[in-house]
Amino acid sequence: MTATEERPIGFGRLGRKEDPRFVRGKGRYLDDITLPGMLHGAVLRSPVAHARIRSIDTSQALAHPRVRAVITGRDLEPLNLAWAPTLSADVQAVLATDKVRFQGQEVAFVIAEDRYAARDAVELIDVDYELLPPVVDAKRALDPDAPVIRDDLEGRTDNHIFDWEAGDKAATDAVFARADVVVSQDMVYPRSHPAPMETCGAIADYDGIHGKLTLYETTQAPHAHRTLYALVAGIPEHKIRVVSPDIGGGFGNKVGIYPGYVCAIVGSIVTGKPVKWVEDRSENLMSTSFARDYHMHGEIAATRDGRILAVRTTVLADHGAFNATAQPTKYPAGFFHIFTGSYDIEAAHCAVTGVYTNKAPGGVAYACSFRVTEAVYLIERMVDVLADELEMDPAELRLRNFIRPEQFPYPNKTGWEYDSGDYPTAMRKAMDMIGYEELRKEQAEKRARGELMGIGVAFFTETVGAGPRKHMDIVGLGMADSAELRVHPTGKAVVRISVQTQGQGHETTFAQIVAEEIGIPPEDIEVVHGDTDQTPFGLGTYGSRSTPVSGGAVAMVTRKVRDKAKLIAAAMLEVRPEDLEWEKGRWHVRGDPSQGKTIAEIALAAHGTMQLPEGVDGNLDAEVTYDPPNLTFPFGAYVCVVDVDPGTGVVKVRRFVAVDDCGTRINEMIIEGQVHGGLTDGVGMALMQIIDFDEEGNCLGGSFMDYLLPTALEVPDWETGHTVTPSPHHPIGAKGIGESATVGSPPTIVNAIVDALAPYGVRHVDMPCTPSRVWTAIQRGG
Amino acid sequence: MQVSMTVNGEQVSREVEPRTLLVHFLRDELGLTGTHWGCDTSNCGVCVVLVDGLPVKSCTILAAMAGGHQVRTVEGLAANGRLDPVQEGFMAEHGLQCGFCTPGMMLTARALLDRNPDPTEQEIREAISGQICRCTGYATIVRSVRWAAEHPSTAEVTS
Repeated sequence: MTATEERPIGFGRLGRKEDPRFVRGKGRYLDDITLPGMLHGAVLRSPVAHARIRSIDTSQALAHPRVRAVITGRDLEPLNLAWAPTLSADVQAVLATDKVRFQGQEVAFVIAEDRYAARDAVELIDVDYELLPPVVDAKRALDPDAPVIRDDLEGRTDNHIFDWEAGDKAATDAVFARADVVVSQDMVYPRSHPAPMETCGAIADYDGIHGKLTLYETTQAPHAHRTLYALVAGIPEHKIRVVSPDIGGGFGNKVGIYPGYVCAIVGSIVTGKPVKWVEDRSENLMSTSFARDYHMHGEIAATRDGRILAVRTTVLADHGAFNATAQPTKYPAGFFHIFTGSYDIEAAHCAVTGVYTNKAPGGVAYACSFRVTEAVYLIERMVDVLADELEMDPAELRLRNFIRPEQFPYPNKTGWEYDSGDYPTAMRKAMDMIGYEELRKEQAEKRARGELMGIGVAFFTETVGAGPRKHMDIVGLGMADSAELRVHPTGKAVVRISVQTQGQGHETTFAQIVAEEIGIPPEDIEVVHGDTDQTPFGLGTYGSRSTPVSGGAVAMVTRKVRDKAKLIAAAMLEVRPEDLEWEKGRWHVRGDPSQGKTIAEIALAAHGTMQLPEGVDGNLDAEVTYDPPNLTFPFGAYVCVVDVDPGTGVVKVRRFVAVDDCGTRINEMIIEGQVHGGLTDGVGMALMQIIDFDEEGNCLGGSFMDYLLPTALEVPDWETGHTVTPSPHHPIGAKGIGESATVGSPPTIVNAIVDALAPYGVRHVDMPCTPSRVWTAIQRGG
Repeated sequence: MQVSMTVNGEQVSREVEPRTLLVHFLRDELGLTGTHWGCDTSNCGVCVVLVDGLPVKSCTILAAMAGGHQVRTVEGLAANGRLDPVQEGFMAEHGLQCGFCTPGMMLTARALLDRNPDPTEQEIREAISGQICRCTGYATIVRSVRWAAEHPSTAEVTS
């Protein structure tokens, strides 16, 4: 078959292989799975933020006719499972034994014959709590008289978790001391939640005869989970199979191991039956991985004519009751130290302090690329604050300070080496697309009439694709990914990957990578993922790492197969391998294209009876583990227009132009979809979403009645564009796109709102910029 | 209690607890797992089905309340071996990513097109505004519904 625009053999716009099952309602999500004899679990959660547990009475629940078992922390202690290690070298209570430390914390687990009975029985458990004063405000957590949340940790007398810094403090301070202009701004990136439409859940099926646990889980990282369960639960790793079925959105919410999963495993071992546990929406919002909660102080030093010299920041990071952030071990603040942004500066320094509070654990989730979201927000707000101080156009200020194309690879001041970029081209493209100059004229006219229109500009550089094993690991596991490719005798293929799609379309794009490299049509390539018994080891999908890492593995394994095919083709054609030339899907004799062998012919020969060259075995298979040499650095230029109602403070995002550069583009359609989704996240974070707490530690965002997400009416029709600057070190030059728009859009919108409020002297409004916050900012002015 | 209704053209009858929600009736009793559950509070709309042709959040009504009515789920969108134009449109215009909100979105779109075969972008946005999608940013869903409006009958099953 020949490639057409509709059906490319390789990169291009290609309909998704996943879609036919989803549009028929035939996806297989976790809660769709029913196993014979399956029981249902439900979690009893703490109604308060901080309390000592005096007693737990489960007798009435156990007396319920349809209840099979009730598990408490005391039951888990002999199994050494009442506490479990987190991904950040801390421990987290599976079921509370001594105290509860946040509202919604897991206290007991009921196993019943159906989901309604399990819920009924949860209500029958009686817990006697002795209330303790909660620590809700991250700033108060470090007060000497603050209640100590983690008295379970030996010798712990405060709520301090870590101090971490990056950059050169002395050099940065020196630049600040001699700068013409210094501006500073406090800002909060509020606590948010990824809130995938499918909540988290698991089905544990323990086979006592063979000692084998099959665990169906909503996980973005099935292999990492398998290893961690082996380490924690003591089940040998070859006796654990983790299956991640279709996932109804993840966004980082489904990276960690949650107490409900562990309870389902214990429940299955105890009852001898499969046990399903699926959290409800409030459980999802109140107990599983939140995101952000960064309290930042930013400063920027510049010359009077608009040359940015240095940036420094101090951050207070609220990690909740347990330090359970999922990120590379050596980076307690994730990749926040990319806060130097897209600018060529002389010096930079950041200092991050992490604290415990009586809130749910987490912090790294929600398409944040390991805190790049917070970093980009900080620098892009600060550049606008500087532009305001200098009375300079914010786009012009950015253009004046960009790292220039010829400076790549660019070593920044906090230790990153940016791989490639052409920032001015992307910025100018975005400005052209939206008609920047015309908009400024329109804004001036509207201002003269008292109307509030704002134009927001932001430019981001991400660092994704973690990562090189010499620098990055998660609890000791190097952040590599593997791929295995088998070409069957008839020339069809199966590629097995270690990452897990949550809607990104891996079944399509990974087939396209194989197709591009070896010429087998994508529809003839099966992509297998989400089953640890079926796929090679790797760390999973988060931090936009699937294409940069697993995509690299797939390209490399396909090249390995292609190289093997060359040796076999040479034997078939009775020529030397070096006399062969590759055309997509076929090796032919250099200078005589009529003499050649297709991959299908080679595959058949490999599995057939011909004499193979020495050292070549009888298949067309290979396996590769890809250790990326560096991270990749996608970037983008975003411009948006907002209209603000001065009477109500309501913000309407009228237009949004996003120009992204993710390097080589595998599937235009899927890339655009990834960008659209992230832009919508940005509207949510900038205008609506917050997981807030009252002073008692009650969660104020515990349902979709209170935690507001954008609908089709809050977002505009997105306008997207792109530039292509391939990564020089990636096998196919791809950089990753999954989180770019989530990272880049919030500062764009906030910059637009602040721009709209400029007539009132407003320099900053904290997210979410709700009508009341915007209205208040208008009333107070600068 | 005994609950009877017509689901995707087929008469069904089950003995269930009176408190059984329609979403659980469809999923657990009938095995129609294309209808999803997402929020408990009628905000997200992944559970939308059509009751007598109108979009209804099936987590918010009891199975008993649907008794005697016509219920249509995503499994009933394709007919006579042909996909509904809405299903084709969602595939053609990338109106779905994770697929979790998709059944509810498609059923709302079907109901919209049945009463308004040529909706504007704003009418489509209003029609789906009771439903949340976390993946697509909605623009491609709008395009998908427009695609269906422009291709009112699909000639054949394309995949």
